[in-house]
Amino acid sequence: MIPKSGNRFSDKIMRQKKEVMTDVPQIGDLWTRLRQLTAARIGLKRSGASLSTGPLLDFQLAHARARDAVHAALDVARLAADLSALGLPVLRLASAVEDRQRYLMRPDLGRRLAAGEDTKLTPHAGRHDVVFVIADGLSARAVQAHAAPVLAKALPQLHGWRIAPLAVVTNGRVAIGDVIAGALNADCVAVLIGERPGLSAPDSMGAYLTWQPGARTSDAERNCISNIRPGGVGYDEAAFKLAHLLRAMRARRLSGVRLKDESDRLAIERP
Amino acid sequence: MYAATIGAQRYTFADLKTLLAKATPLRSGDRLAGLAAESGEQRVAAQYALADLPLTTFLNEAVVPYESDEVTRLIVDSHDKAAFGPVAHLTVGAFRDWLLSDEATIDTLTRLSPGVTPEIAAAVSKISRLQDLMIVAAKCAVVTRFRDTVGLPGRLSVRLQPNHPTDDARGIAASILDGLLLGSGDAVIGINPATDSPDRAHALLCMLDEIRLKLDIPTQSCVLAHVTTTLDLIGKGSPVDLVFQSIAGTQAANKSFGVDLALLQEARAAALSLKRGSIGDNVMYFETGQGSALSADAHHGVDQQTLEARAYAVARAFQPMLVNSVVGFIGPEYLFDGKQITRAGLEDHFCGKLMGVPMGVDVCYTNHAEADQDDMDALLALLVSAGVNFVMGVPGADDIMLGYQSTSFHDALAMRDLYGRRPAPEFEVWLTRQGLMDKANRIRPGELPDRFRALLPGA
Repeated sequence: MIPKSGNRFSDKIMRQKKEVMTDVPQIGDLWTRLRQLTAARIGLKRSGASLSTGPLLDFQLAHARARDAVHAALDVARLAADLSALGLPVLRLASAVEDRQRYLMRPDLGRRLAAGEDTKLTPHAGRHDVVFVIADGLSARAVQAHAAPVLAKALPQLHGWRIAPLAVVTNGRVAIGDVIAGALNADCVAVLIGERPGLSAPDSMGAYLTWQPGARTSDAERNCISNIRPGGVGYDEAAFKLAHLLRAMRARRLSGVRLKDESDRLAIERP
Repeated sequence: MYAATIGAQRYTFADLKTLLAKATPLRSGDRLAGLAAESGEQRVAAQYALADLPLTTFLNEAVVPYESDEVTRLIVDSHDKAAFGPVAHLTVGAFRDWLLSDEATIDTLTRLSPGVTPEIAAAVSKISRLQDLMIVAAKCAVVTRFRDTVGLPGRLSVRLQPNHPTDDARGIAASILDGLLLGSGDAVIGINPATDSPDRAHALLCMLDEIRLKLDIPTQSCVLAHVTTTLDLIGKGSPVDLVFQSIAGTQAANKSFGVDLALLQEARAAALSLKRGSIGDNVMYFETGQGSALSADAHHGVDQQTLEARAYAVARAFQPMLVNSVVGFIGPEYLFDGKQITRAGLEDHFCGKLMGVPMGVDVCYTNHAEADQDDMDALLALLVSAGVNFVMGVPGADDIMLGYQSTSFHDALAMRDLYGRRPAPEFEVWLTRQGLMDKANRIRPGELPDRFRALLPGA
């Protein structure tokens, strides 16, 4: 029933069956092999009914890292310095949220700019094909590490595009990009944002792309590239998908569910 | 209009839904919706007013309009007045007292359940403490059957949840092996697929069915795809045991899930036509969660806990095998921390059981919620002592596909030991036959049972 990968387990099991077994951990070698098939925490050593100390602390560490990622502040100055190498002006903006706790409880405020921030955008308003917005989201670590390298690979693939200044937003949600695109008069917005951290990946970045976003844009009208990080969707692949989706979006003048299949095919057909 | 006077201050509440919302113990989702009480005193004033309200009020005033909402129509049209009779004269406060009294037994509560509307259950939960929610729920028994029996008193079942980020068959099988060895899977072996691809769902259903047959496990399987996907697969001959769907408490929220009552009815009829249940015909599996209606902008100004109870009215109409709230999954904007998740989990279990729904709970949290394993241990223990039908079993509590933390095989095992809860009877016999139980009737896997080799790669 399960795709065969050779019979290397069989001999092992036969040998183990001849021994007197009292507990699962004694078939530890089996679990070592099975763990190659999944990142799930299988075959964890137990004591009685409960988890042994080793796996207990492993879990606590993973959770602590994910929690730290949620609460870490974005080093805006460092990110702006990294981004300035791309040759575009970098604007620093803040959402209407004043701290992380409020950010978590009030998604509506994370979608709006703080009072007065729009004045930073006005001087740059004009005809732009796309604006890239970099927001901390739920993992500042993700955009701190991955935003600049992905953009460095994606921008050269957008020949002839009028690209707006890069906007870095603290305590931002995806929809804050709609506001920024509106203020700058950009046709597309691409929001690079820290995703909800999982135990195995506290630094995953998402990219949300929207054609002509506005106040009534719904999530179904966005395209998403998820799990951008070296261990997931790598920089080259992310940059490729990003550029292709933007081009398809501009060619077909739409984004969201109706664009999805085509973008997947484009990614697969990549040379 | 409803009112209560506290000292010199008179508090008024424009309508029933406002009264219910203001009486609700604090949670972030009601604040986000702008429905929460503005002060602690206003909340208790609302609770006083709610306690004085005759239960019949809920039969005469709908929180979501009857004309525009099919869930309201379902609740009103299917209300069992004869079952409601014995408590028809009570107020909400007196109903709480009656539920806690020795008069309310498993038998009386079972007979009462078709007479309990979701709004009545929600109302009484709002003036109950955790202890009350546990004591009353522990007196309810909702028993369901397909290939085994879930929900019998003294039993605790587990959904084995072997998710994998790319639906890799061997990875999923490895997690199933781990879970079965630790006594999980008697509620269902249920996979959340990574995509909604019908081909993928078909392949997973076939794999689950083959495992079940090879190991001769008295349980049911489920691939938690959208109901329309499952319905198509039934038409094409896929081995579907349980039909899954996420549901909510308003027509508009269900629409955002792409379902309505007629579609659920059609899916149930299709699953029944397969006649795959050996000892019963509870063929539906529903998941719910506080905040889903607000998240879909379909809450009609009703608080999230009342809407959650209304989702159980939807579930109840389809005689489900399993229903669970995914209480901490939706995120801190709806339930902020361990305290709010804990209360919501016990409210959901209480309301469901009181309404005659076979409630389990996915005791869980996300990494951006103010919660951790200690909070989950506490909620899990409270739910097990309150007689929850089933909980989740995820390898190491870490769902690598959905990216959240639930309860583990070990957690379920520890609770069975701590509270003396046993697996579903048919499944327990099977575990014993596989040699997975020790002399003290505890699940203590020793060597790999012969049959389990069918789960190994290369088998």
